[in-house]
Amino acid sequence: MSDGYPQAPTSGLPGRMAIHGGGNPHDGHSHPHHPKLQHHFDDMAQQAEASTLGMWVFLVTEIMFFGGLFMAYLLYRYRSPEGFAEASNHLNVIWGAVNTIVLIVSSLTMALAVRSAQTSARPKVQIGWLVATMVLGAAFLGVKAIEYADKFEHHLVPGPNFRWEGTYSAAAEQFYSLYFCMTGLHALHMVIGLGIMLVITAMAWRRQFDATYYTPVEVAGLYWHFVDIVWIFLFPLLYLIGYHYGAH
Amino acid sequence: MASNNGHHIAPISLYLSVFAALMVGTILTVVVAKFDLGPLNNILMLAIACSKALLVVLFFMHVRWGTRLTWVVAGSGFFWLLILFTLTMSDYMSRGWVEGTLR
Amino acid sequence: MKLPEVIEPEPMATLNYLNNGHGLASWLLTRDHKRIALLYLAAITVFFFIGGMFAFLIRIELLTPAGDVMTAENYNKMFTMHGVVMVFFFLIPSIPAVLGNFFIPIMIGAKDLAFPRINLLSWYIYILGGIFTLTAALSGGVDTGWTFYTPYSTAAANSHVITAALGVFITGFSSILTGLNFIVTTHRMRAPGMTWFRVPLFVWAHYATSLIFILGTPVIAITVLLVGVERVLHFGIFDPALGGDPILFQHLFWFYSHPAVYIMILPAMGVISEVVQAYARKNVFGYSFIAFSSLAIAIIGFLVWGHHIFVAGQSVYAGMIFSVISYIVAVPSAIKVFNWTATIYRGSISLDSPMLYAFGFIGLFTIGGLTGLFLAAMGFDIHVHDTYFVVAHFHYIMVGGAIMGYLGGLHYWWPKITGKMYSESWAKFAALLVFVGFNLTFFPQFLVGYLGMPRRYHMYPPEFQVFNVLSTAGATVLAVGYLLPMVYFTYSIFKGATAPANPWGAKGLEWEIPSPPPTENFAVTPIVTHGTHQYAPSKEVGVV
Repeated sequence: MSDGYPQAPTSGLPGRMAIHGGGNPHDGHSHPHHPKLQHHFDDMAQQAEASTLGMWVFLVTEIMFFGGLFMAYLLYRYRSPEGFAEASNHLNVIWGAVNTIVLIVSSLTMALAVRSAQTSARPKVQIGWLVATMVLGAAFLGVKAIEYADKFEHHLVPGPNFRWEGTYSAAAEQFYSLYFCMTGLHALHMVIGLGIMLVITAMAWRRQFDATYYTPVEVAGLYWHFVDIVWIFLFPLLYLIGYHYGAH
Repeated sequence: MASNNGHHIAPISLYLSVFAALMVGTILTVVVAKFDLGPLNNILMLAIACSKALLVVLFFMHVRWGTRLTWVVAGSGFFWLLILFTLTMSDYMSRGWVEGTLR
Repeated sequence: MKLPEVIEPEPMATLNYLNNGHGLASWLLTRDHKRIALLYLAAITVFFFIGGMFAFLIRIELLTPAGDVMTAENYNKMFTMHGVVMVFFFLIPSIPAVLGNFFIPIMIGAKDLAFPRINLLSWYIYILGGIFTLTAALSGGVDTGWTFYTPYSTAAANSHVITAALGVFITGFSSILTGLNFIVTTHRMRAPGMTWFRVPLFVWAHYATSLIFILGTPVIAITVLLVGVERVLHFGIFDPALGGDPILFQHLFWFYSHPAVYIMILPAMGVISEVVQAYARKNVFGYSFIAFSSLAIAIIGFLVWGHHIFVAGQSVYAGMIFSVISYIVAVPSAIKVFNWTATIYRGSISLDSPMLYAFGFIGLFTIGGLTGLFLAAMGFDIHVHDTYFVVAHFHYIMVGGAIMGYLGGLHYWWPKITGKMYSESWAKFAALLVFVGFNLTFFPQFLVGYLGMPRRYHMYPPEFQVFNVLSTAGATVLAVGYLLPMVYFTYSIFKGATAPANPWGAKGLEWEIPSPPPTENFAVTPIVTHGTHQYAPSKEVGVV
């Protein structure tokens, strides 16, 4: 650099002292490093921090993405609270509760999967937790498929075939539009989550994760937990608002 | 080489406790919904859901042991949703407050 | 304090990011943020000319009061495609994806952005979105206005709405990924000693912009998705005939689209902060005020969207809240204008072309911003809503502001990006044409809008013709002003003088590395011990 090398920086550093300029083990400098270190990062800690921060920033976009639907829900429920309650009654609380429990268990297995990578557990253990998570996710989707089929059968899909036998027909159609949009978008995210889990499981199979490198598992875990959190809100908002009137 | 990039490794018992709390919350929210408590139904439901979400965020997503930046990022998402909800509803809830302007 | 020494131009034969790897694959599969910036530059330029072509067709129609060049339906398609292409495919990505991608890592002393592959992915997503939108245009166009208002867009308009909406939806992810990359990079990739308050204001501007990318874009994504759902599945979200609420659409749409205008202006402000320092040879006045103002604009900008809905049926009280906050959001912008002015005052000014664009920006942005305050007053807005007054207001900001910022930045950093010098006299001439052409195009629109000419109509009363003729004449001059850089920039690549590392004698990490930079930016990670912009006030050169 044209100024030469100045004195040590003052406090307030971001904490990176990698004067060597990074690079890979093959470029002839003396500092060996992890095979998974990407060359523009100084060290594994920086890479891991960047990855998790990146996933958190992405999850903020997901919060806002679902948020638009929650806004529509908020407005229409405000407009017809009785109608929404009546409509909600036709959702099966048992299935909803089962799915909630399934997802909570899957979050537990996911957290344990991350932990198993963090503690350098044998790949079989890591894969076990990851597969358990996927099985639970698939179960969730299976229940949703059953529910959707039931809705189709009972003419509860908004549009020309919608038929409502209660009092608040317009509000009911409104409710089911939001029901399908919100749970549909959520289910889409579950499918994507399963895809991500397959990739992570394949990487675990190839013995890529241990205490020195488990970021992909952690980052996938963040996504999975987020999808769980969305359902934690969807369940009471969609299934339980008319429950005290007597469920279907 | 550093063993875990400085990340805290939570004991399994902690995860199990959080899981138990989440299950309790789920049962609670279903039970509470069975009774007609007027406005309290919504308040309790939201409180339980937010608590469950907070547990997942803090412990399963490791924010409890994360940097302050992570806290700020996570919080900002929920805060921005509140902006969307509050200002939009301020329109709908105040319509008709001025004479002759009811839609 | 010594003046910068003359640096011998480096021969182009040395390895730099341009010649490090040849062939299409080395460009289309690159992870180098600088090459990705050039990929964006090429694509954005194409979209600029497509959007400009639609503008040209609009202005041709508006030469005469009668709707004689095209049908009303086709005219609706012209202004829709002009808006969609210019907003989503030019203005929003322009500075961040080209100049931001190129310079943010260099300015903070990093080798690349945090996620180089995601950076490349964002370009491909942008291209995919662009293909969808152009397909909509070519298969018959969309006539809803770039604002896609319901229920017209969901119930009555032609089927290309879905294609165009998909194009916008897809491109939104490009923005989101860019913003994500910038945020993580700025937080985690700064060189040792590069504290937040030593970071160039260009970086602050892009950080603030990235907050908007992250927090706003997903909302328009879900909104256009719901428009598609309503069109195809007939779910009643926004269409009153199906039980929906059209104002809900407007709330959701403008929740993003108002902050989107700050996406368009904040990066340009970042460019201006850099340019005025370099060409006034002075440290910026009030660095931290400008930095915090960038954040304030981004944050407060999320609280004002209802000023687009004053006359659509929004409640008066909500309107009052949005109106007051719209006044407040002008304050940080004004702070910046004052600070740039104070920077220039008593500076050692060179009127090179980037500085001409900066001057143009400061003046025209001020006019655009002030007219925004007129519009923020509900009483005034009732009269000029949906007239050419509004059109003039936002073009002063987007064209007089953002595009001038973009051009100023391109000229300022061209030698660094390409290693070539462009013709300064042609650049000055082009800047002059842009300034004159711009004002001739858009100032009459303030007047004719105030007099009552509505926007989005292909015909108008004859008494408005003189304003429209002036406006079309101006647009022609402006078009020439925009075409000239295409010519002399291209010429410079083949025949331009080799640029030294620091042709302007400017301060900043980007000027301490060769022109063009090597692929890894820095041979050794710099250690920063002071703010990167330390100009001395030039006591010996013509200070009044």
